[in-house]
Amino acid sequence: MNWFSFIPATSFMPVPATKESGDVDNLYIFLLVSGLISFIILIGGMVIFIFKYRRKTEDQKSAYITHNTLAEFLWSFIPFVIMMVIFAWGWNVFHDLRKVGVKGDVEVHVTARQWAWTFKYANGIEVNSPTGDKLEPNIPESTLLKPEIVVVPVGKTIRFILTSDDVLHSFYVPAFRNKMDAVPGRRTTFTFTPIEKGDFTVFCTEYCGTKHSNMMATIRVVDSEQFTAWQAAEIGKKAGAADAGPAQRGEALFKGSLGCSGCHSLDGSRIVGPSFKGLYGNKRDFADGSSVVADDAYIKQSILVPTAKVVAGFPPAMSSFQGRIKEDEIKDIIEFIKTLK
Amino acid sequence: MAHDQHNYLNHQKGIWSWLTTLDHKRIGIMYFIAIMSFFFLGGVFALLVRAELFTPGKTLFSADVYNRMMTYHGAIMVFMVIVPGIPAIFGNFVLPIMIGAKDVAFPRLNLMSWYMLMIGAAITGSTLFMQNVDTGWTFYTPYSSIKTGMGVIPMVLGVFIIGFSSILTGLNFIVTTHKLRAPGMTMTRIPLMVWALYSTAILQVLATPVLAITLLLLIAEKTLGVGIFDPQLGGDPVLFQHFFWFYSHPAVYIMILPAMGVVSELVATFSRKTIFGYTAIAYSSLAIAGVSFLVWGHHMFVSGQSEFAGVLFSFITMLVGVPTAIKLFNWIATMYKGSIRLDSPMLFAIGFMFLFTIGGLTGVYLASTGIDIHFHDTYFVVAHFHYVMVGGTLMALMGALIYWFPKVTGKLYNDTIGRISWVFIFSGFNVTFFPQFILGNMGMPRRYYDYLPTFTELNQMSTFGSWLIGTGFLVGFFGVIFALLKGKEAGMNPFGGKTLEWTIPSPPPHENFDKTPVLTGGPYEYR
Ligand code: HEM
Ligand SMILES: [Cu+2]
Repeated sequence: MNWFSFIPATSFMPVPATKESGDVDNLYIFLLVSGLISFIILIGGMVIFIFKYRRKTEDQKSAYITHNTLAEFLWSFIPFVIMMVIFAWGWNVFHDLRKVGVKGDVEVHVTARQWAWTFKYANGIEVNSPTGDKLEPNIPESTLLKPEIVVVPVGKTIRFILTSDDVLHSFYVPAFRNKMDAVPGRRTTFTFTPIEKGDFTVFCTEYCGTKHSNMMATIRVVDSEQFTAWQAAEIGKKAGAADAGPAQRGEALFKGSLGCSGCHSLDGSRIVGPSFKGLYGNKRDFADGSSVVADDAYIKQSILVPTAKVVAGFPPAMSSFQGRIKEDEIKDIIEFIKTLK
Repeated sequence: MAHDQHNYLNHQKGIWSWLTTLDHKRIGIMYFIAIMSFFFLGGVFALLVRAELFTPGKTLFSADVYNRMMTYHGAIMVFMVIVPGIPAIFGNFVLPIMIGAKDVAFPRLNLMSWYMLMIGAAITGSTLFMQNVDTGWTFYTPYSSIKTGMGVIPMVLGVFIIGFSSILTGLNFIVTTHKLRAPGMTMTRIPLMVWALYSTAILQVLATPVLAITLLLLIAEKTLGVGIFDPQLGGDPVLFQHFFWFYSHPAVYIMILPAMGVVSELVATFSRKTIFGYTAIAYSSLAIAGVSFLVWGHHMFVSGQSEFAGVLFSFITMLVGVPTAIKLFNWIATMYKGSIRLDSPMLFAIGFMFLFTIGGLTGVYLASTGIDIHFHDTYFVVAHFHYVMVGGTLMALMGALIYWFPKVTGKLYNDTIGRISWVFIFSGFNVTFFPQFILGNMGMPRRYYDYLPTFTELNQMSTFGSWLIGTGFLVGFFGVIFALLKGKEAGMNPFGGKTLEWTIPSPPPHENFDKTPVLTGGPYEYR
């Protein structure tokens, strides 16, 4: 039901994948066409005058015209009317995108953090992006991480409830024509009804620091049966993980929901923070000149009060995990770090 | 012969006489030298940023270095080039002459404004060598207040001081326009350049203090841990955006109104025709200045503010579009039945109208909430504001430079060099920024160090365009040197202008007018 669909005006946009995005595209096409017409009138007029009234002789006179009330009224009033149409239409589409107060059939809590997204479903399933050092293949020198996949069912209303653990981020899915900031200390919502199956990229559009451009995820829209199957499999995986040893649990936390791997490598390479390779039991030098041997107490302190001891040569960029991590999770992580010789 | 004449350039000699001068013309030249140096620096950063984006992934620098360069490019260009640009350079030089005054109202304050710009720039610039800043020019909290280094403090302190320079200049221009007009020069007989500078000055005086306070609050939070913006201390991170845009939206008109003033002068002179709808242009400047205070929320449609707030800001923003459109129609109507010469200043004026139309129309897209949700913080916005600000302000700046160059120096700027420079800048500009509209359509977010492979070709085109622009400005700069060394004598009025600056010798005498002019008619009486 594309208004003007014979004009491939939105051919650069990703396929409209939600119920709302078609309306956005119609508005866009209207803007493009009316904008193009205005441009032709203005610039076309200008170009014609340049050629028609070119000064040919040095003493060529010009007409003496100071104003013309009718023309001036028309060219103020007509743009005004057009802009009011664009305003009202935009409002209408906006209201539909926002869906203030609408509850979703599927509700997911999304937490943004430098530089990853965590998706938590009501039934406890959790997807974290990114899970480790999976670099996007086939791009030389790429720093993009392979985004983790979040699954949602087609045709249902889905509400993401967004918040942020640290700075501002913004949840943007071009194919959905929708975007919402994730604000620390606040909850915002991003509601959509997918109509196309497939994989859609999530970007972060609010500048959030060094790896802002890596902060991606993929939303996979599938049909209801596949969605149910996926949920069952995830719950099974979770049960399996619970039986694992402390070091494995620690590894899962490190690469998963806590997102440590976004800043700390395991192979000695420098990302944002220091690598954890060979950390346990070795000496650390701090920015203030002091140093200490990394033991349980030091690691725990670094997780809870990261600014207490800042490793020399690194910015104090880490934020506290106080309140986000449980006592036994810290133990698991320490166990995991011990394995990194 | 200009050399034997007694003029403001040979009135006193020596570098010290320049550094302590109270002559608005000399201060204008000092601003020119300073701002052009900043422009060079900001331009180098721009070229580096574009070079990094030539390929996906790491091309030249790490993400950290990229983010810093992007920040310095933005901060230098906005706070040190485009905001002070035309008012400080050309406003200083021509405003008093255009209204028949001997100088600005407060010459000492004028010199002090220049020193404040220099001190602010030095403090901001010093962070380049100590603690680089990577926040982007908008300094959004809580990133700037809790997540990045202490360099933010000297950076915003410098911007704070630069803001004072801007306030003082504005104050000076308001009083000058009100108090020092020559006999017979009523408010409806002042040139449109003066109207534009006057409207700008109002914005500078009223809006800049808000920025100043915001930056102080940011410093207070960063040093003392006062919980204003940081949610962990009970503050509100979005509050900063409200404060910031309450200044920075009017600021975009601080950047563009003077350019509109320049274009009004150029179109009238090179069409040799009375400006069409003088009052409409003059009052639309004031209207834009007034309404621009009420639209800041259109930068925050997705910040979590209420839907109602979004709709209200969208509505008011549409209202700004009307006076903007009126101006364009008036300039074009001025060319109707004119006697048009396409000298290089006029080419820049035409370039302005072309680019500004695209920038303004895409502004209407962004003002419409339904579509801004898609485009906000993508390359579409980057393209939009470069079209209006760079296409607008820098085109006008080049036009103004070539137009008033003979008045300032007594030498003509070589028209051929001006045209070559225009071709490079104008075409390079479109090659650089037009693809960015398409990137925005495709969904590429702004401030991106790395991007998906599908965005590659358009980014390469954009980078290529940046080299053309760079070349264009180098040619333009060469033109200045060439004109100073080899320029032809200009005479009093090489372009047939009608405003007062063309009635005095080039370069003007120390006190502008030997005999105070008396006006009997409007500024553009080509009959
Ligand atoms: C007069 C010349 C104009 C200038 C100098 C200008 C400048 C700017 C700048 C610098 C930004 C980006 C700010 C940032 O860094 O985030 C911007 C964004 C914006 N402009 Fe303009 N603009 C102009 C005209 C217009 C017009 C005529 C409209 C609408 C009628 C408009 C609507 C907008 C909107 C809605 C945004 C926010 C877009 C977003 O972030 O999603 N602008 N403009
Ligand atoms: Cu982010």
